[in-house]
Amino acid sequence: MTREEAPGARDIAVVAFAQTDHRRTTDEVSEVEMLMPVLHQVLERTGLKAADIGFTCSGSSDYLAGRAFSFTLALDGVGAWPPISESHVEMDGAWALYEAWVKLRTGDADTALVYSYGKSSPGSVRDVLTRQLDPYYLAPLWPDPVALAALQAQALIDAGATDEPALAAVGARSRADATANSHAQLRGSVSQGDYLVRPLRTGDCPPIGDGAAAVVLAVGERARELCERPAWIRGIDHRIEAHGLGVRDLTDSPSARLAAERAGAYERPVDTAELHAPFSSQEVVLRRALGLDETVRVNPSGGALAANPIMAAGLIRIGEAAARIHRGESDRALAHATSGPCLQQNLVAVLEGDPR
Amino acid sequence: MSKEPVAVVGVGQTKHVAARRDVSIAGLVREAARRALHDAELGWADIEAVVIGKAPDFFEGVMMPELYLADALGAVGKPMMRVHTAGSVGGSTALVAASLVAARVHGTVLTLAFEKQSESNAMWGLSLPIPFQQPLLAGAGGFFAPHVRAYMRRSGAPETVGSLVAYKNRRNALKNPYAHLHEHDITLEKVQASPMLWDPIRYSETCPSSDGAVAMVLTDRAGAARAPRPAAWMHGGAMRSEPTLFAGKDSVSPRAGRDCAADVYRQAGIADPRREIDAVEMYVPFSWYEPMWLENLGFAAEGEGWKLTESGVTELDGDLPVDMSGGVLSTNPIGASGMIRFAEAALQVRGLAGEHQVEGARRVLGHAYGGGSQFFSMWLVGAEPPAS
Repeated sequence: MTREEAPGARDIAVVAFAQTDHRRTTDEVSEVEMLMPVLHQVLERTGLKAADIGFTCSGSSDYLAGRAFSFTLALDGVGAWPPISESHVEMDGAWALYEAWVKLRTGDADTALVYSYGKSSPGSVRDVLTRQLDPYYLAPLWPDPVALAALQAQALIDAGATDEPALAAVGARSRADATANSHAQLRGSVSQGDYLVRPLRTGDCPPIGDGAAAVVLAVGERARELCERPAWIRGIDHRIEAHGLGVRDLTDSPSARLAAERAGAYERPVDTAELHAPFSSQEVVLRRALGLDETVRVNPSGGALAANPIMAAGLIRIGEAAARIHRGESDRALAHATSGPCLQQNLVAVLEGDPR
Repeated sequence: MSKEPVAVVGVGQTKHVAARRDVSIAGLVREAARRALHDAELGWADIEAVVIGKAPDFFEGVMMPELYLADALGAVGKPMMRVHTAGSVGGSTALVAASLVAARVHGTVLTLAFEKQSESNAMWGLSLPIPFQQPLLAGAGGFFAPHVRAYMRRSGAPETVGSLVAYKNRRNALKNPYAHLHEHDITLEKVQASPMLWDPIRYSETCPSSDGAVAMVLTDRAGAARAPRPAAWMHGGAMRSEPTLFAGKDSVSPRAGRDCAADVYRQAGIADPRREIDAVEMYVPFSWYEPMWLENLGFAAEGEGWKLTESGVTELDGDLPVDMSGGVLSTNPIGASGMIRFAEAALQVRGLAGEHQVEGARRVLGHAYGGGSQFFSMWLVGAEPPAS
């Protein structure tokens, strides 16, 4: 019961969104320095100050930063004095937004600041992500995320769900759309390149990059005061699947489908979908699972194939979908975030603007 | 919209030990979860969502272990979240799970926290160099010892207070079958004769490194009505954060801790915590933090906390028992330690704490903190449902 079935449930909206320019390396700035401009921007857009915020929640990963408790330093960027009501998930910021949404539903706060960040550049992110696999049986083999995504892509091709030219077209469309997104890392015509792991070529894979994002949530009338056209969260839900790839059908995403159903995505058509699909093949899986046809504008921002700052890329999907509603370019949008190997965990939010 | 009352109907924990070499991480967490389900007389299918917490991933060397633990915790097809707020994480995790019930997003939720410190080396995990930050190479004790010194100077507390706390908590642990340290031959003299590690903190005034997990089943009013054993009801819960280091920070009594306690008392309608709260499971990793937190939590005036300790008020049979389970001083699977405080508070008001039960405990505070005394999470649970 994650949709607004509870009696008297509060209306909650995304009222502001900001993100960094996503770049291959950001050696010259710390995480706090990368984050602070984004925090200032998102607060400026609402006229709020950090002290006005009722609840703050962030998402990040120590393994990207290469040290324990890395998020404690990022908190300095919020200016956490006097003490704030604050929490943190060791997940993509989309789940930090979910925690904040729950907190607002309890009535304990009327506004929330959500942020997340990730710097992949200091290490080898393909190696680092192998450490999130089963530590006894899988991680010792060091299968990296590109290799695992390639298994998924090959399964899709074998099932007749796609082919290599179709995958290339996903990448080309994403980077072409990203020309309108000044924050994106890969824009315009990008070579499909050589095979990275068959059947995936470099063009099927996301750029490795650093970046941060922030969102402000507000309830009811407060949202209307802070934003001309709030992006109301009509439903939000997330589900996880088994970890072992051998027990999953990699051509399908039952967890994304279930999350979408619980979020109310199938009740009426959406006009926009921001999908967190770091690999072209994963867009194929998600389009099928979510029932998105050609009438739906998918990843007008360019999506994760144009910029994939790990831990922020999912929150950016919600932010991009909301921003389109703010601008009047969408009336009902689906936003999706993922975590884990081959789309193991998926979050779906349905956002709507007021009728025009 | 009023919040749904939140009830604890199941508690489970592992026997905490230095190294659980007989189980994987998945085996460890599943053991605690099964015990919590057994207490609630529920099955995996009754659980709608799982909220899991632990301290840094570097402690076991697994990045975002919740992904791999989904199967072991029956979370496949369900929502699963992973909270991380440093040492306070066990408390924060329980509060996130409680919010899911309070907001009526879910009816029954499993929340769990763990640490399997034997898989790696916690001292190493905390000692990675951070650019432009002062190194804390002496471990947590080296960081906290100067703040203890500041407390002693400020309050005039005699040097004996720290050993009294350790002696009390280690004796309490003997009554708790799940506690890590069972020092049957403990004496006050032995504590006082133990080696000085970080002056004024002695070896026996520090916490062990444990493998362990703790789980709770949280549910709504309808779920509590079906529960086979008494429920613990949440009367208030809060989190507060402040930076580790900044000019003007009161490291002896951080404002984040005071504000957090005040928020919990406001929610619970507590005007005088010293009289209205029956017992406290307090996060005391170094013995001197008992008198310090007694003041920070409003149980004693500034500079007076040590007098409660010295006069025996905080003993198991005292007027305000503290750390009846033996506390963090006796059991410290870091990521789980905060939730153990919350869970032990729940056991007390349910009347299910066994040999370390405080007679007639009706309202008990669970407390956790983390980082450089910068993250706080607390809840107050009662034997009766909240009034409103």
